[in-house]
Amino acid sequence: MISRFQKFLFFAMLVACVAMAVFLIRLRNRAEDRLAAQAAAAPAEIGETTTSTQKTVTLYVPNDLDDSLIPWDKSLPLPEDRNAQARVILAALVEAYRAPGSTHPINVASGVNNVYFLPVAQGKDSGAHAGQMAVVDLSGALAAAQPSGIEPETLTLLSIMATLHANLPAVTQVHFLVDGQQRETLAGHADLTRTYLAGEEPSVQSGQRSAVGAQRSVLRDRDGSGAGQ
Amino acid sequence: MRWIEAAGAILLAAMASGAQQSPPPVHPLPPGPAVPAIPAPVNPPGVQPPRFLVVIDAAHGGNDIGARIESGVLEKDVTLGLAGRLRSTLHARGVDVVMTRTTDVNLAAVNRAEAANRVQASACLVIHATATGSGVHLYTSSLTPAANERFLPWGSAQSAYVTESMKLESEIDSALAHAAIPVTLGKASVAPMDSIACPEVAVEMAPLVGGHVTSSRALTDVSYQKSVVDAVAAALDQWRSDWKP
Repeated sequence: MISRFQKFLFFAMLVACVAMAVFLIRLRNRAEDRLAAQAAAAPAEIGETTTSTQKTVTLYVPNDLDDSLIPWDKSLPLPEDRNAQARVILAALVEAYRAPGSTHPINVASGVNNVYFLPVAQGKDSGAHAGQMAVVDLSGALAAAQPSGIEPETLTLLSIMATLHANLPAVTQVHFLVDGQQRETLAGHADLTRTYLAGEEPSVQSGQRSAVGAQRSVLRDRDGSGAGQ
Repeated sequence: MRWIEAAGAILLAAMASGAQQSPPPVHPLPPGPAVPAIPAPVNPPGVQPPRFLVVIDAAHGGNDIGARIESGVLEKDVTLGLAGRLRSTLHARGVDVVMTRTTDVNLAAVNRAEAANRVQASACLVIHATATGSGVHLYTSSLTPAANERFLPWGSAQSAYVTESMKLESEIDSALAHAAIPVTLGKASVAPMDSIACPEVAVEMAPLVGGHVTSSRALTDVSYQKSVVDAVAAALDQWRSDWKP
């Protein structure tokens, strides 16, 4: 025999469940509408941008023979959006890798899927390295076409970091992904599990030892006081 | 039950004061005849003096083939061959060598670091090869130099040895320059370098591109490999003469 009180309690809980279900469905619909509105308001794709302005950017192109980074100024139509700017700049850098007679040949059509920016958490003594972290999502095609070896892989990472920092000075740290995923190495050697600092201009020189300055000033560890200073 | 707590507190206080007030008994040495000071033995009896030992890590192996140097030539085979030649040359010079691998096997980075750290080596060389660039590329860890503590974090153990590693790199650089082999120096983040607790350099051998003073040599050229191995062995010999355990 079910008491009257238990019946009442059962129906009250049933009504509460239905009410909560309706409430959650409405919340979900609202979130979908909000995301759709954000997507509509987001900047157009690079190719469709109409507000791009012609600017001169500096690309740091590696030279495999002497381990150096060679600055190369190039005029590019840059969109207003920073993420899109970074993508355009890095696309130009990858194009330089692919160009005939390249000093760092990587034959790949599309090298960077996307670039995201994150604020760098400021600690007590991190004032010198405050800025933004660029998360560079490389394409799997670039990783597959990347010549394997410590030198070629390190030079690719260095040139991306130096190019980003030269044109977007707020970028002080760089983290790399491949096709949106964390990966251990670029092509068997250079570590992609860590975050690199890109806080200084590379001291580009010419000659056999030029890379010493360039690498030691740019490729440093996470806490920012590299040995090469 | 307050009296129990009070009694306990009194007892603890009494024990503490007793510990402070009763220092261990001191037994003064009786005045004896003046004797000349005897230098302390360098090593306690039964303990072997630290020996000069080099760890050679032939990178890659097994499924991890490394770079494809040219048709049919894989980095894992080149590094193993170079490591074997270097071991023989060092043995001939009277240097003890431990290799992380002597066959074509998969070896995780953590196992390589563990093998190197277990023997407390005087120098560690990580051998790589690439088809890109020219000459020999020498790399040290990109970690910040740090003081040598009793316990080192596994992921950054090399930080206590970065300064020594750069000295070793300089020795190898000089020896290769003496052998007229072009060298590039740099810093890199490559596993397992940051976890190795000894002076350590990654030696990456590339083909020799012809220039004003050099002639073109393939990476598989035996005489080119021999000249690199001889130069590195000479540098380690020099490192041994400067080595202080």
